[in-house]
Amino acid sequence: MARLFPIRHVMGYIFSLVLSLVALGVIYWDLTFTAGIVILVICALIQASLQLVLFMHIGETSSKKQLYLNIGYAVFVGVVTVFGTLFTMIWGFR
Amino acid sequence: MKWDEFFVTGEPMIYGAMVSIVLVSIAILVGLTYFKKWGYLWREWLTTVDHKRIGVMYILSALIMLFRGGVDALLMRTQLAVPESGFLDSQHYNEIFTTHGVIMILFMAMPFVIGLMNVVVPLQIGARDVAFPRLNAVSFWLFFAGAMLFNISFVIGGSPDAGWSAYFPLASLEFSPTVGNNFYSLALQISGIGTLMTGVNFIVTILKMRAPGMKLMRMPMFTWSVLITNVIILFAFPVLTVALALMMFDRVFGSQFFTMANGGMDMLWANLFWVWGHPEVYIVILPAFGIFSDIISTFSKKNLYGYKSMVFSMVIISLLSFLVWAHHFYTMGAGAMVNGFFSITTMLIAVPTGVKIFNWLFTLRKGKITFTSPMLYAMAFIPIFTFGGVTGVMLAMASADYQYHNTMFLVAHFHYVLIPGTVFGVLAGLHYWFPKIFGFRLNERRAKTAFWLIVVGFNVAFMPLFFLGLQGMTRRMYTYSADTGFGPLNMIATIGAFVLAIGFVVLCYNFYYSFRHSPRDEHGDPWDARTLEWSIPSPVPVYNFAKVPHVESQDAFWHAKKHNVPLFKEGPYEEIHMPNNSGQPFILGVIMFFAGFFLVFSWFIPALIAGIGVVIMLAVRSFERDHGYHISAKEIAATEQKLRGDSV
Ligand code: HEM
Ligand SMILES: [Cu+2]
Repeated sequence: MARLFPIRHVMGYIFSLVLSLVALGVIYWDLTFTAGIVILVICALIQASLQLVLFMHIGETSSKKQLYLNIGYAVFVGVVTVFGTLFTMIWGFR
Repeated sequence: MKWDEFFVTGEPMIYGAMVSIVLVSIAILVGLTYFKKWGYLWREWLTTVDHKRIGVMYILSALIMLFRGGVDALLMRTQLAVPESGFLDSQHYNEIFTTHGVIMILFMAMPFVIGLMNVVVPLQIGARDVAFPRLNAVSFWLFFAGAMLFNISFVIGGSPDAGWSAYFPLASLEFSPTVGNNFYSLALQISGIGTLMTGVNFIVTILKMRAPGMKLMRMPMFTWSVLITNVIILFAFPVLTVALALMMFDRVFGSQFFTMANGGMDMLWANLFWVWGHPEVYIVILPAFGIFSDIISTFSKKNLYGYKSMVFSMVIISLLSFLVWAHHFYTMGAGAMVNGFFSITTMLIAVPTGVKIFNWLFTLRKGKITFTSPMLYAMAFIPIFTFGGVTGVMLAMASADYQYHNTMFLVAHFHYVLIPGTVFGVLAGLHYWFPKIFGFRLNERRAKTAFWLIVVGFNVAFMPLFFLGLQGMTRRMYTYSADTGFGPLNMIATIGAFVLAIGFVVLCYNFYYSFRHSPRDEHGDPWDARTLEWSIPSPVPVYNFAKVPHVESQDAFWHAKKHNVPLFKEGPYEEIHMPNNSGQPFILGVIMFFAGFFLVFSWFIPALIAGIGVVIMLAVRSFERDHGYHISAKEIAATEQKLRGDSV
């Protein structure tokens, strides 16, 4: 029975709940803007890797090429969306 | 929510619609009971995990939605036909262009494309199903739940009225206080999740389940286009998911992401919407490119010219499609750097697209061309789409766009790419693969009549809009005065729209006509085609391929036919492992529908209960053991004998 218990998944679930609560905490605790953003970014990065490793089994594939291609594409789209948005909506705004 | 606002009241047309909805529902229920078809419906369709049947259900829904969106279009065109027409009031016009846009793109073009790829892709790569058949059914039922949720809005609660792009602040609670835009956010959210799963499913299917010997560079062009499309889906749809969730928070829970006060940013919605929205238009156009590629090469009896450059240009398009979104709001007031950057990237997209156009032309060159109905759509596509593309380059110039922005010129442009591209594409695909799905061809004469009505009607309906736009007629305007001089051209456009509609009716009548009169297809390859799906009998048996094909080159089936090499190895049949049907995806869809419906009206307790229902369904699935079933070699031999008349 113990062998069948999906301990990794349950731990992952608890971790993601905790991380979400910490992120929520940013608006309740009295923090400076920078501190808040730093906490959010760190939480987001941990959260994303948690999901990828524990639930989406990244790295368990045999084909490294497909893996890197996928990650490359994802990073491309993510970076473009975030910095592109900053560019259009803030930096490049007259 | 006051109860007297629950049903939409005060419009004779809407009462008519309510009555007909009730009558049709009763007719369906009575008919199913009378003909004892409930069991058949449940066992063969509602619980199916077979990619071919799921594909058929997608296509059927898409045709119904094309009808719904088409009626919307005719209502708009009727209103615009003459100046100061009183046919629709402004509110009703707003609701109609919004539902028309959303339905045509998300509930017509998307499912039509997804339906065709469901039917065709596993057959083209020599697979027995998609990678995750059960997930595929979930995708379909989530899409269907979303579509139904969106469609009931016009009788219950009121339709969204802020345009298909639902710009803030107009779409905010402050300026759109009715539940209409709640329907928008929740219906799109539910079906969008389904689409995202489709994306995952097809990427895995194409990467992992190809028949032995089918290298990536040997895949049929349609399969390539579907692979790239699904990569775009996988990366673009999460943006929509997030944007819609924020919109829902704003509207249902009173958060302030897109409001103009309290640190909210209204244009951020437009920004996120188009970060998804521009890749979205490539999601519906690339599969059409793939369909045309296969059709053009089949009916020119030549292999596709520039296969590698075709693939390469699609990859480039998929990357560039993420870099152009701000061309939808040049007039927002961003600086010259922003508009300049997005102008250039937008114009760049024309390059790979142009490469593809030339490849099709070179494929045709010196080909032995036969003008079947799918080929006719492809031939109409090339010039008309080029026209739409060139007007797109005009719109890409930021400074010129200040003139064109939000005029009928734009409306003409996007219909000139969406209709010859996506709509002709899926219609061509439907005519082309119809015999594979149902075992008989559509009647060519009637198909060609429909084609000519559609092509001529389309141009008459939309060409005038370019000129109207240049004369200053804005879009989303429910009426205009006679002094503007817009009247005559609008009348012409309306006539064209009705011709187009008649074409669609003929096309649908042809299904019935061909069902009655077409000879049944005996050998499974009615077009003398090139790719694997034509190597098996039609209609295709559940297991698709009795034996796994061995691929040695591009256009594997053509190669096998010409060089007389066997696609299937000699030897006895082997047992085939198939997935079991399941009612869970359907039930999940129903629960999601109700969860969405309750949230639309902010009925939180029922919504919570439905939400718990979703979690229970997920748990049930997690603890389920389902190993599928096996079809015995004897049974396969018998089926193949019946279908092919001999052994392979
Ligand atoms: C069947 C023929 C069609 C006709 C006659 C038609 C006509 C129209 C008209 C009159 C408008 C509104 C113009 C305005 O006042 O702003 C419109 C908007 C629109 N149409 Fe169509 N249309 C057709 C097919 C399609 C198809 C096939 C698609 C997509 C695949 C489509 C997508 C849209 C979109 C996205 C809008 C913008 C909606 C908005 O402003 O929010 N249409 N169409
Ligand atoms: Cu765009």
